[in-house]
Amino acid sequence: MNPRLRWRKFVSNFMLTLTGVCAAVAVSALFFILGYLVYHGGTSINWDFFTKLPAPVGETGGGMANAIVGSAKLLLLASLIGIPIGFFGGIYMAEFSNSSVAFVVRFAADLLNGVPSIVIGIFAYTIAVLPFKHFSTWSGGLALGFMMIPITLRSTEEFLHAVPRALREGSMALGASRWRTIMSVVVPAAYRGIMTAILLALARVAGETAPLLFTALGNRYWSPGWNQPTASLPAMIYSYALSAFEDWHRQAWAAGLVLLALILIVNIFARVILARGAAVPRS
Amino acid sequence: MATSTTTVPNAGPTAGSRSFLSRLRNGDEIARIITFLFAASVVILTVLIVLQLWHDSSLSRSKFGWSFFVKRVWDPTNDDFGALAFVYGTLVTSSIGLLLAVPFGLGAAIFLAELAPQKISDTLQFFIDLLAAVPSVIYGLLGIFIVVPLMREYVQPALKGTLGFLPLFQGPPFGIGFLTAGIVLAIMVIPYIISVSREVLMSVPRDQREAALALGSTRWESTWKIVVPFARSGIMGSIFLALARALGETMAVTMVIGNTPTISASLLSPGYSIAAVIANDLPEASGIYLHALVELGLVLFAFTFLLNGFARLLLVLTTQKGSGMGHV
Amino acid sequence: MKRLTGLLLVVLALGGIVLAQNALLINGAGASFPNPIYSKWFDEYHKANGNIQINYQSVGSGAGIKQTTDGTVDFGASDGPMSDEQLKAYSDKHGSPILHFPTVLGAVVPTYNIPGVSASLNFTPEALAGIFLGKITKWNDPAIAGPNKGVNLPANDIVVVHRSDGSGTTYVFTDYLSKVSDEWKTKVSKGTSVTWPVGLGGKGNEGVTGLIKQTPNSFGYVELIYASANNVSYGAVKNSAGEFLKADLAGVSEAAAGAAKTMPDDFRVSITNAPGKKAYPISSFTWLLIPAKFSDSAKRDAMKGFLKWALTDGQKDVEALSYAKLPKEVVAKELKAIDAIQ
Repeated sequence: MNPRLRWRKFVSNFMLTLTGVCAAVAVSALFFILGYLVYHGGTSINWDFFTKLPAPVGETGGGMANAIVGSAKLLLLASLIGIPIGFFGGIYMAEFSNSSVAFVVRFAADLLNGVPSIVIGIFAYTIAVLPFKHFSTWSGGLALGFMMIPITLRSTEEFLHAVPRALREGSMALGASRWRTIMSVVVPAAYRGIMTAILLALARVAGETAPLLFTALGNRYWSPGWNQPTASLPAMIYSYALSAFEDWHRQAWAAGLVLLALILIVNIFARVILARGAAVPRS
Repeated sequence: MATSTTTVPNAGPTAGSRSFLSRLRNGDEIARIITFLFAASVVILTVLIVLQLWHDSSLSRSKFGWSFFVKRVWDPTNDDFGALAFVYGTLVTSSIGLLLAVPFGLGAAIFLAELAPQKISDTLQFFIDLLAAVPSVIYGLLGIFIVVPLMREYVQPALKGTLGFLPLFQGPPFGIGFLTAGIVLAIMVIPYIISVSREVLMSVPRDQREAALALGSTRWESTWKIVVPFARSGIMGSIFLALARALGETMAVTMVIGNTPTISASLLSPGYSIAAVIANDLPEASGIYLHALVELGLVLFAFTFLLNGFARLLLVLTTQKGSGMGHV
Repeated sequence: MKRLTGLLLVVLALGGIVLAQNALLINGAGASFPNPIYSKWFDEYHKANGNIQINYQSVGSGAGIKQTTDGTVDFGASDGPMSDEQLKAYSDKHGSPILHFPTVLGAVVPTYNIPGVSASLNFTPEALAGIFLGKITKWNDPAIAGPNKGVNLPANDIVVVHRSDGSGTTYVFTDYLSKVSDEWKTKVSKGTSVTWPVGLGGKGNEGVTGLIKQTPNSFGYVELIYASANNVSYGAVKNSAGEFLKADLAGVSEAAAGAAKTMPDDFRVSITNAPGKKAYPISSFTWLLIPAKFSDSAKRDAMKGFLKWALTDGQKDVEALSYAKLPKEVVAKELKAIDAIQ
């Protein structure tokens, strides 16, 4: 073998190994993050964390029960806004639209998906907080809901497109109306995919913090109803992490672990069990 | 489906000749209109966001005009606002982030797309997708408690010791600042670069590689000189998408950047970004102060609008090129 | 799909019912300086009056003033009194004025984290102004070393930390610097947020303390409780009589003693750099900002009840958290003013 070829082979092997190292490091970052959170947060998770309200500033103890419930309420509101609009909008895109309308909607959805969450936060603040003169759970849910719409819409559209034409034609040939065909044949065929996408969208907005800072604000207590400020896990992590109290740091790690665990579990469930190997759109 | 057979006699001879009324009766037209309204609401929402940001930045736009973008001063006490320090901070941190993330992410994507067996590639990609799902506030948490101390104790003193003569590495090692924010951003956008680049690389037709290998190229040469250039515009697309993410990233950046509007050549110095100043100051701003912050939001919107549009154009071009050549 | 939507609606309805307790929730936001005592008070008051919950968010005085003016919270809190302009903006918007109620007294302390230095440092007003103006950059600068004979100060760069948000603590501190340094007065002046010549920004007293604790060779200013509760060193400041004093309750009370006798009717008064040998120079009242007119009578009554409680029974919790009690004359004057709230 001539030295030139040997050199080329060496470069090839070296560079290919290097790419492998990059991939290995990237993947191990996930396990590092998870491990670090378990290490620091695991010891701080106790029954109090899930059942108690935050303690007054500077006192140790207390928990984040209100933030956990607050996050759940925010996600519920976000679902009520994001899922119907995204789902039915997606049906329109896949089944009824003509190409020029589809182009405009698709463009708007992709644009909306790319808008930084802080900008959605400004929008929600100026339309749902300032005019109504109070911070509220629903204004936070609104902001998160806006963020869910484009993800749900685009993936509903994609999964409906993937349903074979023959299924639709079969149903139509039997005399079913278009709408009936969609609801009883096409949507059920794409059901798993759509559910997966919705769960992933929920998992994504569950960790959003920026839009909540000036909509849901925060609350030391339980937030009654939907019209009052509420605590949420991500916002608690943010303010506790920035503080100087050791006990708050401890709780920030615990909250981080709980939040990350929930998000990863939903992701794994959606991608592995629900999708069962079906193609899942990348985030 | 049992009931649908009973509707057959009622249906017209062909679908095309059904009257508007009969279509209305069996619900198709109503469904079309209703679902259209849902789809249209996405467009309306997007337009509303722009209008709202435009409307609520009017005071600042009319008072400062274009000088808003070249002024360094940010003085809420005297209502004098300029965006330069924030735009600078945003661009510098995002550039550092990409500079670190692109080679790394591209390398990992090459491994996943070209080298790893399908099963391993899919498994690793699964973990990469999970990594992309980690919320930014968690990156901020890790940033404060891991990255910042590491930077302050080891990385920044080492940089000052070796490259301290460069204007890039001047000043005391605070731990927080442009460089740290850039590094945290890099870690955050790597999964995006990997995911999109991998898909783009995988869409490059097989025969391209095989031809190169048949001509005596090494595996690396066929990848680097044939496959990567072929997918170039798609990879650029993934980079633009990552850039759009980095520019708008709020939580992780505000937790480690130092929150001081400075323009300094030194990457060790504390700075500020557009998203971070909005997050910190919006609740206390009113009048022209509020409008100046909303105008910053508008700038962020414009940035991401352009980058997303450009990225998607590039991605579309690559996939078309790939499938087009594949058929030949 | 249908089933899912149905389920969502049921959960939503249930959630609404279960969580809509009878409790009256009053929302307030503002200064982080009194946050420890306020959250303690609101907690105690809630224990005694189960139907009243007061949710206080420590967002900074600037945000507190702005959110109160916008009416997005029921009351605000600030350590810098509102300016005449801000007062006018409020009454123009609401048709009725906003009232200041001093609740406790606090001290702003110069705090630092210098590895290897455990001694308590002495700071002259000139040194404080010089550091924050960016003129003094090393810990062993003569201006710092002079009054600290015998302390081995390192030649390290000072990492200056200040507030990034609009803050009453900043107001008190810059109000003090403006009184003691002409250069500060002309170059930077006082306010809840100023254009800092140097330094890192931290959000809230919490954020600044966090930064100081994490950053070697750092220097900043925080409310006393944040330094003492977090074991961060803080130094003595030379007062107007030339004495170096470490912040404590007696020093703060002494600073307030003069002002207590001449308290104006709107309670807006600055007590920085107060005269007196024992007066700690960077002291301040902190105020609750209460609307003179409430549209909701339940909230008004709850707020008045709380204020009366805080000014009387509540004062017993104050000293445990390193704040100073209000002078008696001020409390008497305030109790009268509470009756004016409609």
